Amino acid sequence: MSVQPLLDCRDLRVSFPGRGWRAGRIEVLKGVSLRIRPGETVGLVGESGSGKTTVGRAILGLAPVTGGSITFEGADLTRQAARERRRGANALQAVFQDPYSSLNPAMTIADILTEPLLGRGSSRAGGRERVRELLDRVGLPADAGSRLAREFSGGQRQRIAIARALALQPKLIICDEPTSALDLTTQARVLDLLLEIQEATGCAYLFITHDLAVVRRMSHRIAVLLHGEIVEEGDARQICQEPRHPYTRTLQMAAPVADPARQRERRLARQRLARGQLAGDHQ
Amino acid sequence: MTSTTGPSVLGRLLRNPLGLISSVVLTLIVLFGLASPLSPHNPNRALLELTNAPPLTGEYLLGGDQAGRDILSRLMHATLSTMLACLVVLSVSLLLGVVTGLIAGYYGGWFDAISSTTANAVMAMPGFVLLIALYAVIGPSIMTAMAVFGVLIAPSYYRLVRGLVQTVRSELYVDAARVSGLSDFRIISRHVLRAVRAPIIIQSSFVLSAGIGIQAGLEFLGLGDPSAASWGGMLQDAFNNLYIARINVVWPATLVSVTTLCLVLLGNALRDVLQEGASQVRPLRAKAVSRLRAERERPEGERPEGERPEGEHGPEQRPEPGSGGEARPDTAGAAEPLLSVRDLVIAYPTSPSAVRDVVRGVSLDVHRGEIHGLVGESGSGKSQTAFAVLGILPREAVVLGGRLRFDGADLGSERVLRQVRGRRIGYVPQEPMSNLDPVFTIGQQLVYGLRASTSISRATARSTLLDLLARVGIKDPRRTFDSYPHQVSGGMAQRVLIAGAVAADPDLIIADEPTTALDVTVQAEVLDLIRELREERNLAMVLVTHNFGVVADICDRVSVMKEGRIVETGTTSQLFANPQDEYTIMLLNSTLDDAVERPAWAEVNPT
Amino acid sequence: MVRFFLKQVMSGLLLTVVVTAVTFTLVFSDGSGIARRVLGTNATEEQVTAKVHELGLDQPVVVQYGKWLSGLVRGDLGASYFTGEPVGAMLTTRVPVTLAIVTIALLLTLILSVLLGVTAAVRGGWLDQLLQVVGIVGASIPNFVIAIALIFTFAIAVPLFPATGYVSPDVDPAGWARSLVLPVMAVLIGSIAGSAQQFRGAVIDVLRQDFVRTLRSRGISERAVIFRHVLRNAAAPGMTILSIQTIALLGGVVLIERIFAMPGMGLLANSSALQGDIPAVMGCVLFTIVVVVVVNLLVDLLAGWLNPKARLS
Repeated sequence: MSVQPLLDCRDLRVSFPGRGWRAGRIEVLKGVSLRIRPGETVGLVGESGSGKTTVGRAILGLAPVTGGSITFEGADLTRQAARERRRGANALQAVFQDPYSSLNPAMTIADILTEPLLGRGSSRAGGRERVRELLDRVGLPADAGSRLAREFSGGQRQRIAIARALALQPKLIICDEPTSALDLTTQARVLDLLLEIQEATGCAYLFITHDLAVVRRMSHRIAVLLHGEIVEEGDARQICQEPRHPYTRTLQMAAPVADPARQRERRLARQRLARGQLAGDHQ
Repeated sequence: MTSTTGPSVLGRLLRNPLGLISSVVLTLIVLFGLASPLSPHNPNRALLELTNAPPLTGEYLLGGDQAGRDILSRLMHATLSTMLACLVVLSVSLLLGVVTGLIAGYYGGWFDAISSTTANAVMAMPGFVLLIALYAVIGPSIMTAMAVFGVLIAPSYYRLVRGLVQTVRSELYVDAARVSGLSDFRIISRHVLRAVRAPIIIQSSFVLSAGIGIQAGLEFLGLGDPSAASWGGMLQDAFNNLYIARINVVWPATLVSVTTLCLVLLGNALRDVLQEGASQVRPLRAKAVSRLRAERERPEGERPEGERPEGEHGPEQRPEPGSGGEARPDTAGAAEPLLSVRDLVIAYPTSPSAVRDVVRGVSLDVHRGEIHGLVGESGSGKSQTAFAVLGILPREAVVLGGRLRFDGADLGSERVLRQVRGRRIGYVPQEPMSNLDPVFTIGQQLVYGLRASTSISRATARSTLLDLLARVGIKDPRRTFDSYPHQVSGGMAQRVLIAGAVAADPDLIIADEPTTALDVTVQAEVLDLIRELREERNLAMVLVTHNFGVVADICDRVSVMKEGRIVETGTTSQLFANPQDEYTIMLLNSTLDDAVERPAWAEVNPT
Repeated sequence: MVRFFLKQVMSGLLLTVVVTAVTFTLVFSDGSGIARRVLGTNATEEQVTAKVHELGLDQPVVVQYGKWLSGLVRGDLGASYFTGEPVGAMLTTRVPVTLAIVTIALLLTLILSVLLGVTAAVRGGWLDQLLQVVGIVGASIPNFVIAIALIFTFAIAVPLFPATGYVSPDVDPAGWARSLVLPVMAVLIGSIAGSAQQFRGAVIDVLRQDFVRTLRSRGISERAVIFRHVLRNAAAPGMTILSIQTIALLGGVVLIERIFAMPGMGLLANSSALQGDIPAVMGCVLFTIVVVVVVNLLVDLLAGWLNPKARLS
């Protein structure tokens, strides 16, 4: 741990105003601490309502941080003015869940890919060259640039979204469920692409997902989020093979495995565990 | 529809018949108004001898009015004044409505709260009556009145723009732009304005149509400038003179009606042209469907041998077991299957006469007490196949061939379907929340559904359902029974839907991705529930899923679908242990269950 | 439900106060102008000043409005500047005429547009396309032009109904009904055209919802799915158009009364506005806003009763 972390979240808190006139604020993140080292992938696993998406959005400046700090490359993002933050946006990028909503359907791919370069004073010709490079990087044909986003399939769109994130050569990419809207075979290919890019560029990922199998494939380290708090964190091997927190164990056993015999064992183990917990509750 | 290099908007508008007609007519009217300085006569010159003169008398082409003035010249000047009034209305309402709508939609907060309340109040004001009342202050100045109308109509732009901006703002591409470091100004000009432009243009044609009607109405009531020629004023004069010179009513009335009508037609045409993607294909006509069916009757190479086309019409003709092609469902036992699907073809219209097949000859058998998984990627036709069994395909879908038999009865007949739906075949949908009717309590809709398919009393239905809710794992059945759908969680709603599906004690359940929308922990519980119910009731089930883990957990047999066809069928253990089809193998290899964990970062990056 | 009701009543009252206050402020902003119009063009400055004082127009507008409002609570709406007749009395003779047209037109709009809209949405085909065409034509042509066309057709060319005039129902109920046919038709065409479209759209939206498929799967008949479930869900979005149509109708009725020479509120508003008889104008504005508020209230209550989500959230 001697290496300076790239991203260091300390006691991150986010709350939203409740619905209704005098409702109190609803705390979505109740003090989340997370560190990501250069070139590292940290998986963040949780179910709906756990606040996992909010962690990513808070880091990206898209959710209101009500407490704690987010230090990225030595600067506290929560104390930065909007303008300053915009200037620093190069190093921190994102790939979102829904590839349909994350690309403006009425814009050409070239327009989408050069958007991050806007305001960074890059020339138009250089932009065109960059578009070709980026498309090649994510395995799309060079002529894709002149077509509209809505002409592409889900998997191709997600490749475009990844290309856009790469445009500014970021050091950290927040991947928020990047494959959960995709089919199985497409998912596998997109995950491979992400690993390949990490290999080539050395960028770090915060990989947010509900799918333990995906996170195991992608992460060096895994954090498990429950109701806005990290309940367990550790190296991927430890979390997957010797989970300590009961919730991690429940999550793991609940995910069905694509093998009838092994799934049967897992199911029986889960049911035993549930009965045990039930008995424990009654004691 | 998706080509980028298509003709321009104007080109497409002129190719739309109504767009062409309305644009041409409106252009002519504008030219007519612009030509008013060249009008044959001074619109206010009165020639007593031409009072109420019929058309084509003397120098007056369209005749004279009750004061002996040239109707044609007056119409030209009136048209110009209407055009000016349109400009006034547009500039006032656009400036007010669009700007406030943009700010309120993008930034929200207090500005949004105040402006929305104001807009609602203004919209609830009786505009025309207010304009009449304000005559006392503004007097006979129609342009001022139209400016006020612009204020009164501005909320329609405000609401439109605000709604659109809010939608765009919630799109992830706006988040992506912010992450990329774009300023609000850049985001608005790149993404937001692009989205609001077309709807504003469309709305404008409707606003102008309404504005012209209002203006003419005010003038008709004598609240315009009496010294200037106007459509409404001319109409008033002619109406007062109705029994003397009937024809004089026709000119202003036609001009007003044609203009307002053409503006609305133009708006509709613009909507069709600018929002092409939104237009959906209508259901095919019966004639087209029977033509397509007849075409499919011709045996083609891909038809499984042993299939007799005339069988589709033959009464109670049984499919021969053991016939069929490579994807034929193997009949495990000698027993007659509970559900048998043969060569099902389902298509969707792509134009009024052409279709695209989504299910291309699917055959499968499901026996009593058996859970049959239908697995595939999106677009493989697995849900469509399941819907067809219950006859609950979307209206535009066409079944072009195949037979569906359930316990000896032909599901192709609407009468049989009515008997089995709910009563003998139940349905569990994918999205729990959207599959409950929001306006009824859970109890009301479950009781109603159960009593629609059975003949039990309300009280019996109620107690049966309360027991069932408890059975599916709902802690406080009575409370859930009396709740509205939006008051329960997703997992709870899915249990309610399962209870609804098994309430009438059916033999077969069609479950369309029943756990996809649920968290894994809830999914595991729901799968347990399904397994238990199957054992208790000897249920058969068609379970549509894309998740091989779910298949491994619960299915006895499984069929893999790809592009509308079943590529492989077998028992679950067989299929996982020894997959035959290349596609199945590829799908199984894409699952990540056997992926090894990545090593710890420190191991890869030794310091 | 009681809370929901009270909330709707309060917002209705608030709207009445806001609209009358805004109108009042605008029309009373120029006191000497009003006095000059009442006195005629030959009046001297002294006469105008005296009249301004006599009518109380020299007081601040807020004070005048306060007086008007407190009068309103007591049932006193002031008196006409010209005839001295109390505005309240003027209204009582006019209200029945206008209300008859508006109420009949609204009820028919509701019934016919639901029927047409649902049929078009469910059946589709030629009926749907016909409704689209009629809808566009009916909604775009101003209703006073339609009224003139109706007079041409049904009073002059084929004299089935009287072209103008109003018969009191106390005198001759059949004559009353006959005298209302054309005026009601004139406003009805436009409002049905707009509303039926809205109901059609609302029904189509609901028919696309997932729960409709699930209801069908339970063996519920198509008729019951549409009339019990779809219609009820479509009611709230469909009925918002009724509020908008009411406002349009109240504007249209002014023109219609003028064309058919019906002695209603609209004719009074028209003539008092032309004369500058501000108290009578205010009376008409008040009447209109009350009708709007009452219709909105009924629509909201109906929507709330049909759709628990609107009432509970």
